[in-house]
Amino acid sequence: MKIHIKNGRVIDPASGLDAVLDIYVAASHIVGIGAPAAGPSQGRRSAPSGGSEAWGPSIPADFHANQTIDASGLIVCPGLVDLSVRLREPGLEYMATLETEMHAAAVGGITSLACPPDTDPPLDEPGLVEMLKFRAKHMPGPRVYPVGALTRKLKGEGITEMAELTEAGCIAFSQADAPLIDTQVLLRAMEYAKTFELSVWLRPQDPHLAREGVAHDGVVAARLGFPPIPVPAETVALSTILLLVRETGARVHLARLSSRAGIEMVRHAKQDGLPITCDVGIHHVHLSEMDTADFNAHCHLIPPLRSQRDRDAIRHGLEDGTIDAICSDHAPVDDDAKELPFQEAEPGATGVELLLPLTLKWARETGLPLTKALGYITQHPAAILGVDAGRIGIGRPADLCLFDPEATWVVNRANLASLGKNSPFLGLEMQGRVQYTLIDGHLDFRRGNHH
Amino acid sequence: MSANLQLTDDGRLRHLLTLDGLPARILTQILDTAASFITVTDSERDVKKVPLLRGKAIFNIFFENSTRTRTTFEIAAKRLSADVVNLNINASSQSKGETLLDTIANLSAMQADMFIVRHAAAGAGHLIARHVAPHIHIVNAGDGRCSHPTQGLLDMFTLRHYKGPFHNLRVAIVGDVLHSRVARSQIHALTTLGCPEVRVVAPKTLLPRDVENLGVHVFHKMAEGIKDVDAVLMLRLQNERMRGSRLPTAGEYYKHWGLTPDKLKLAKPDAIVMHPGPMNRGVEIDSAVADGMQSVILSQVTFGIAVRMAVMSILAGN
Amino acid sequence: MPTPMSPQPNLPTHLPALTPEQLIDRLAEQIKPHIESNLHADCALVGIHTGGVWIMDALAERFRVVGTPDIPRGVLDIAFYRDDFSRIGLHPETKPSHLPFDVEGRHILLIDDVLYTGRTIRAAMNLLFDYGRPATIKLAVLVDRGGRELPVCADYVGLKLELPADQHISLEKSEAEGLHFIMKRKP
Repeated sequence: MKIHIKNGRVIDPASGLDAVLDIYVAASHIVGIGAPAAGPSQGRRSAPSGGSEAWGPSIPADFHANQTIDASGLIVCPGLVDLSVRLREPGLEYMATLETEMHAAAVGGITSLACPPDTDPPLDEPGLVEMLKFRAKHMPGPRVYPVGALTRKLKGEGITEMAELTEAGCIAFSQADAPLIDTQVLLRAMEYAKTFELSVWLRPQDPHLAREGVAHDGVVAARLGFPPIPVPAETVALSTILLLVRETGARVHLARLSSRAGIEMVRHAKQDGLPITCDVGIHHVHLSEMDTADFNAHCHLIPPLRSQRDRDAIRHGLEDGTIDAICSDHAPVDDDAKELPFQEAEPGATGVELLLPLTLKWARETGLPLTKALGYITQHPAAILGVDAGRIGIGRPADLCLFDPEATWVVNRANLASLGKNSPFLGLEMQGRVQYTLIDGHLDFRRGNHH
Repeated sequence: MSANLQLTDDGRLRHLLTLDGLPARILTQILDTAASFITVTDSERDVKKVPLLRGKAIFNIFFENSTRTRTTFEIAAKRLSADVVNLNINASSQSKGETLLDTIANLSAMQADMFIVRHAAAGAGHLIARHVAPHIHIVNAGDGRCSHPTQGLLDMFTLRHYKGPFHNLRVAIVGDVLHSRVARSQIHALTTLGCPEVRVVAPKTLLPRDVENLGVHVFHKMAEGIKDVDAVLMLRLQNERMRGSRLPTAGEYYKHWGLTPDKLKLAKPDAIVMHPGPMNRGVEIDSAVADGMQSVILSQVTFGIAVRMAVMSILAGN
Repeated sequence: MPTPMSPQPNLPTHLPALTPEQLIDRLAEQIKPHIESNLHADCALVGIHTGGVWIMDALAERFRVVGTPDIPRGVLDIAFYRDDFSRIGLHPETKPSHLPFDVEGRHILLIDDVLYTGRTIRAAMNLLFDYGRPATIKLAVLVDRGGRELPVCADYVGLKLELPADQHISLEKSEAEGLHFIMKRKP
């Protein structure tokens, strides 16, 4: 299959490229990038500006496209890399299935994703991981990178066969949202991971300080009486993790930071040279505790939406590089588990289809150039995963996302491909919509109504 | 948003879910109407009910058991000549697969006109109100720690009855504010009705973070907190709080925050003492105070019926 | 007899020729024999909020006999007994009813300002019966404007009018004018 993507505005955050170029794809890889070719079927275009000067018209020899995609007006960027997508398999198929969520991810422009181990049973045995990889491989959709359970059954007691699990396909190890109460186990898990140079992904939350909590310990919880999760639930756990990183030298990725104080601690730890990275969920870039004030269960998230100041600190942390990546933290939840009073509703929000438009929204609001903003959902998360993804270049895998930056659409239950219709953004207008997703050189998704 | 859900397009009360955000004119309307209902139970009347809600079906749906509160709603509904159905839905039948909204849909199909709902989770009434048919009215009879609007209103009725207009009053709310839906409703009502000084008095472990944002003055010591107040609104201390990490013992709580005759002397000489019941005598309140001259606790119970009658009849007519 | 106001739909509404105070005088004259015959029996005046209470108080002044106790007076607010509750809801300014005497076995003179459909009187009687079983109820109204929808008639009438349905007469009270009538045309 040879695909010629012509006239797209190609943005590659890793190289800073932002120019109208043609891309040639053959046998799963990008084989050519060049200035738009003049041909009988199209008008001559002026030479692209900026970074394109380096790119002459370069059609690879013997390139005869099976398919040509006219990407005029579209942005061509690396396929998105999402660090947290719950596919709900095995065991939680009543919420969503591998098939639906893989498809939804492709609709959202995602070409690589990491799935947390909080399935039923958890991903703590090589057989489970192999089965998941096998099933995902034989389905259309993004490349799936399982995150293995750090402890058996995620119980926080005995550590898993991390080496075996890595051979089976795990790229990192985590507790997902399960608590790890015993700090001795945490220390040893990090030491063991370090032995094999494996990554440990941890969401910092002290289970005792967060006990029974459902919302940020702030003005809204005071007013509505939500059982609170105070900021120290994050910072106390974070401080333990950072001290153990210092002790063990283990490579730790901090997942889903939520507080200004937590981000400040990470900033200092990075300045001290600790081998850490960190991410936030896209919803936390936009929402705050004020969005929970009408008991909207779609805003019941883990970690909780915190104050406006915390949200502003998240944005600042992204801009100064303290926070490396943004993920969707995709958590499809069925209606029965969401149409409940706020505190009883299953936490989480569907996210794979909103990751791109919400990242674009953030970039518009802050004036951040796309070459930078898109890096948080492509190049940086790919680096955290340690896989060859999130970049555009000759010889790189042909994982591409083509989106119309001007297209507007209203999020509703009918147009979300995910089985999870649980979004705080239902009924709200988004700008920017994926038109084509290429994964491994194949056109995995194309929106029906595009020209 | 939560306020809008409670009001019709022309600004009348549609559901009573919380006092947070309700305009003062509606609170006052309820209190004024309740004053008229007081006479319905006058000893001079042979028939202690009025035919206002004749033919209406009112369902008491209690997901959290409370015989006491349910009974006050039941009496109020019966004094209005409504038909009352009581349902205690315990958590176990809920966990058998029927969701809250299933339950509500089923009961709606039984031609209900009004649901009185008690639930352990904040916002349960809001959720139901969003899903019921337009002609059904919801009264929140307590949702989690969030709100207990009829209790807040009956407390305001009692305060107004004994102490007159709110703009002259200094009021102290004493006890477990953190877990108290009653306290939250009292605070919203008092601030809306123009009470210039609302105090909360409690140890730090029983106060929500950022409680000052609700418009109250925070005190930790009783002696300072109830000094020169016109009314002391005591809160119930749940048994499970008495031992554990929030409080060491009931005894130490009583010593510092229990309302004794000596402590009450610090309030104004004519200050009244209120309590939503049931009381823990010797824990949050001394019997000498509970049964003393300044206690209006039994009046609260009587007024509670009239206030609930007022709420139901205003809702049913809107 | 004064000339009843003739219905003239095309003209602006007319006020009755007599003032409310004059009509109360006439009403008092009619009632007095009845009151005097019952003076030693259990007799009570009951006014219906709001106009009926004004008339009751004005009548009581006229019935006052030096050296004897005043006839007991009670007030009724029929808001909780109205039959149009489900259409128009609860009246926003409901007042408490107050009958400071035992209704059981008493001769009640029920007093209202304007008698129209009869529904208010129906509600008032129901309310009275919830207090006890009176021996008799007589009805006194300042104005009977016709248009009855229930089998109700007054025993004592200050003024009889036949008003078309779109005309309304009501009794008002102000500092400057005291008791006075207001005529309104309502669609």
